[in-house]
Amino acid sequence: MELFFNQVINGIQQGAIYAALALALVLIFRSNSLLNFAQGEMAMFSTFIAWILADNGFPVVFAILAAMAVSVVGGAIIERTLIRPVGSDNVLAIVIVTIGIFIATNALAGWIYGTDGRVFPRIFANESLVTFGDVTVTQETTGIIAILLVVVGLLYLLFQHTKVGLAMRAVSSNAESAQLVGIRVGRILMLGWGLAAALGALAGSLAAPQLNLSLNLMQGLLIYAFAAATLGGFDSPLGAVVGGLIVGVTQTLAGQYIDFFDGFELGSAFLLILVVLLVRPQGLFGRAVVTRV
Amino acid sequence: MTRLALTPRRVVLGVLAVVLAVVVLYIPQYFVEFRTAQFTSVIAISIAVLGLALLTGFNGQISVGHGAFFGVGAYTTAILTADHGWSHLSTVPVAMILCLAIGVMVGLPALRISGLYLALVTLALATLFPLVIQKYSDVTGGSTGIGVPDFEPPDWASGLTEDQWAYYVILAFAVVTFVLVRNLIRSRVGRAIIAIRDGEVAAEVLGVNLARYKVATFGISAMIAGLGGSLFVMNTAVLDRVDPSQYTIARSIEFLAALVIGGAATIMGPVLGSLFIVFVPEFSSDINAELSRVIFGGVLIVMMLVLPGGVLGGLTRLEAGTLRRLGRDRQWRRLRATAAEADSPDPDGSPTVDGAAT
Repeated sequence: MELFFNQVINGIQQGAIYAALALALVLIFRSNSLLNFAQGEMAMFSTFIAWILADNGFPVVFAILAAMAVSVVGGAIIERTLIRPVGSDNVLAIVIVTIGIFIATNALAGWIYGTDGRVFPRIFANESLVTFGDVTVTQETTGIIAILLVVVGLLYLLFQHTKVGLAMRAVSSNAESAQLVGIRVGRILMLGWGLAAALGALAGSLAAPQLNLSLNLMQGLLIYAFAAATLGGFDSPLGAVVGGLIVGVTQTLAGQYIDFFDGFELGSAFLLILVVLLVRPQGLFGRAVVTRV
Repeated sequence: MTRLALTPRRVVLGVLAVVLAVVVLYIPQYFVEFRTAQFTSVIAISIAVLGLALLTGFNGQISVGHGAFFGVGAYTTAILTADHGWSHLSTVPVAMILCLAIGVMVGLPALRISGLYLALVTLALATLFPLVIQKYSDVTGGSTGIGVPDFEPPDWASGLTEDQWAYYVILAFAVVTFVLVRNLIRSRVGRAIIAIRDGEVAAEVLGVNLARYKVATFGISAMIAGLGGSLFVMNTAVLDRVDPSQYTIARSIEFLAALVIGGAATIMGPVLGSLFIVFVPEFSSDINAELSRVIFGGVLIVMMLVLPGGVLGGLTRLEAGTLRRLGRDRQWRRLRATAAEADSPDPDGSPTVDGAAT
């Protein structure tokens, strides 16, 4: 029984990291209606920026916030120069461009930062917060989940109670109509990418202490993060967090208790994606999309 | 039977085709073993990319996972030849049928998923493939892989070296495959496939059975990719083992890149794209190893912004533009002629043709 709880806690620990990246994916989808395959690599790049600042003496929290700010600008520039010219209709082109950004960002990071792994300073200590017998909940996990919930709350406030958030929802719903009522669609799209890039930077900074900062930081996570976003619903930030935790727990429990998934945990994430897309495509918290024919 | 008109364009293309054929047939005689084998892998890859072109370029179903089908074909041939003593060529039908079955199995759920989500699912599939290989390592040799026995020329072709023999065999398969796919695209079936891409609802209204065509296209596309994989492994002059590191998500991305660089909805695009992705990284990494991947990603992005139709698309636009500028565009002339007749009885004045369709 203790093993079970331990695994659940492990799963939650993993899941928190998936949730962080999933938040960025969800934000991009919610505001720009596209899947950004490069989100992980952009996050990794930003995390390196945070690491450089921290390494040069700045306090960790400041470094992370500064990296997030830089990422906002970077994301906005990418949207304006690379994504906007493609147009929203050509799905294949968008997929190719985001894959191209994936490749280029990964290679650029390798060129600038080199391929060695780096140790990323922790915000939260890796010590136990609460202990139930042999089962420990670390400060770090609790801290990450707390931060994510705060972010979800802030996003809720943004989308539901600010003019900017309303504009973002309008653009996502119908860009042409939004333009007709006077919304600067281009700026909103750039903002969407910028915010998502900032969340990616946050996700990377939260994940890096555990996983060690290297070029491959996000690659192992990307599919899990997509599974989390799919399960939670691609337009629901809360869904991203909940989805992430569920994916994490499912992954560890499946790996532990089902022979087939032992050493093959990614298969459980894949199965999850497939089942969700076939049975309930909008995920747990997302809104069902109804297309007029 | 109507005779084929001998237009200047056709003459030029015909001459080009003959020159190309001579060059292609001469390659193994001219280049060293390694280079010839590189060309052989280009051909095998272009078959796989052709499969992807059928599914993604002509049918509009985005697959970032064709590396997995390629890998299935490759491993099928490797396992059957290495562990069960099959001859190389006899493994080809097995690989193809297996991939057809898997393609149909993937194509069925794909009916309910479209666009970006399908790309996501196929991406996950391709990421999963090397893990599946490692999971069943008793059969597949796990991370160390399987050594593939040499693909020797038979006695009647003993004048050829191993690499030359592989080149010609794989070339033959490629020619047949490309001709068959080209004929498919130009048939009623092909038009239905393309109609689905251009407007599913409209196609359905016109009587195209969406489910049947989409699943069948997925299956056939996977089958062709599997054929490519199976042949890829027969390139034993340089490649004497299969291992999962050759069939990762990078392979799928490579195929997609080759597809869009060459021209997504074209038949010869895959060949151009495959040449690009095999040779350019080699030369660009001679110039600067680390930046070459950055440039590769950059090229992909720029391609989509500037030449969404790939190189072939760009050439087609160039041809049309040049013809128009030279005033030799027959369509344009015909349009002006009919407009001139309709507009004015005055033979001297050349009426302006405004807003004419391009």
